[in-house]
Amino acid sequence: MNVIETSGLGKRYRGTWGLRDCTLSVPAGHIVALVGPNGAGKTTLLHCSVGLATPTTGHVSVLGGLAAGSLDALERVAFVAQDAPLPPYLPVAAMLDLSQDLNRRFDRRHAVDRLRALAIPLPRKVGKLSGGQHAQLALALALARHPDLLVLDEPLARLDPLARHDFLAHVMTAVAENGLSVVFSSHVISELERVADYLVVLSDGRVQMAGMIDDLLAQHQLLTGPAEQAARISELFPVVQAREAGRHAELLVRAAEPAGPPSGWEASGVTLEELVLAYLRDPSVSVLPGPSALPARTRHEVTS
Amino acid sequence: MKIGKQENPDGGPAPAPPLVFRLDSRSGVPTYLQLVHQVEHALRLGYLRRGDQLPRVKDVVASLAINPNTVLKAYRELEHKGLAEGRPGQGTFIQAAPRTVDAEELAALRGSLAAGWLAEAAAAGLDDEGITALFLSALRDFHERPGTRARPRGSRRGRREVVA
Repeated sequence: MNVIETSGLGKRYRGTWGLRDCTLSVPAGHIVALVGPNGAGKTTLLHCSVGLATPTTGHVSVLGGLAAGSLDALERVAFVAQDAPLPPYLPVAAMLDLSQDLNRRFDRRHAVDRLRALAIPLPRKVGKLSGGQHAQLALALALARHPDLLVLDEPLARLDPLARHDFLAHVMTAVAENGLSVVFSSHVISELERVADYLVVLSDGRVQMAGMIDDLLAQHQLLTGPAEQAARISELFPVVQAREAGRHAELLVRAAEPAGPPSGWEASGVTLEELVLAYLRDPSVSVLPGPSALPARTRHEVTS
Repeated sequence: MKIGKQENPDGGPAPAPPLVFRLDSRSGVPTYLQLVHQVEHALRLGYLRRGDQLPRVKDVVASLAINPNTVLKAYRELEHKGLAEGRPGQGTFIQAAPRTVDAEELAALRGSLAAGWLAEAAAAGLDDEGITALFLSALRDFHERPGTRARPRGSRRGRREVVA
């Protein structure tokens, strides 16, 4: 089952395209990081997926074919928007009432237990909570609906390191307990590495890379060797990024099989951050990473 | 994981886990391997013994804020190595300790390294970094040479017969 599936999805805001020709299948059971520079279309893609925006072109469905924004989908998808906008003048307890009135599947006890564990006082007004508590409240309200898909837009952006850790721990615990799928957007690549196992890179409104992070890392390597041989090596492997420094060259290449490096060259693995930055630096290296015949569970389709 | 502050669904106080994982995000070592290494290290030092229960996946996830699949992958790797055993509905338990070389043999190996190869390398003018690089490179080649008793990474089933 795919938790998000789009085909030819596009969204135009007045004159500009926020998202173009986006075709993507995100399999269930993963923690998916959606990465890209500002304005790449991350929020647009998420909004289309949860039914907050109507696509200009193409289709998007969630949780194995439910139309995004349909009643069936809304019941099983929880979304926390960027900065989690909640009315600041309402007490936390009133947010619980509100959520209970607005959602058929709202487990009030679950939310109350969670807020108690976080020492968030129910009479306190939302506007008086700390940034970390605010984010945790939004998350507790979302998880109390027992969603099958949790969508988070830049959940970590305004949190200090401790609040980030606690927030992610809360999400990961829910995943361990209920096996829900999570899709979240972020700038902070170093923090994704611990939590995400599936990566989608958006660049300039298009999907540039998508796949299991372990696969993506295994399919790339950094080759270092004499600069004068760089051109010859470039013919052997697709080069994502080439850098020359004096007499030696450094090539980030894609190689399905981690074959031994050419003689005189040294191969090393890449980190997720290096990989993502290399791709983002050159949006024209439009990439369909991964072997075409992956097992069905990890199948992904990307067009660009 | 804060020892003594674990949540226990059954209500009673949870026993302190025999092992507390920590992560070094700058080491470049994949997270699951860091967990595997820490269990192996604890076994070598005797902090973990046969029958000890490894921290529950949920607790590791809550304390480190990592993907549950990463913990499962680490525990599977430990099972694969014959060091741990998953018991359905209960958790993952230590089954055996990795093979250790006894102290006498270790001292002999150390002596021959220091008096022999290290002395020669130093006499030839290699500094510490050079010695380390050469040793690691030779070790890699040694592992890759067919017919050696070294095992390829990831398939170390040969440890099953080890001491418990």
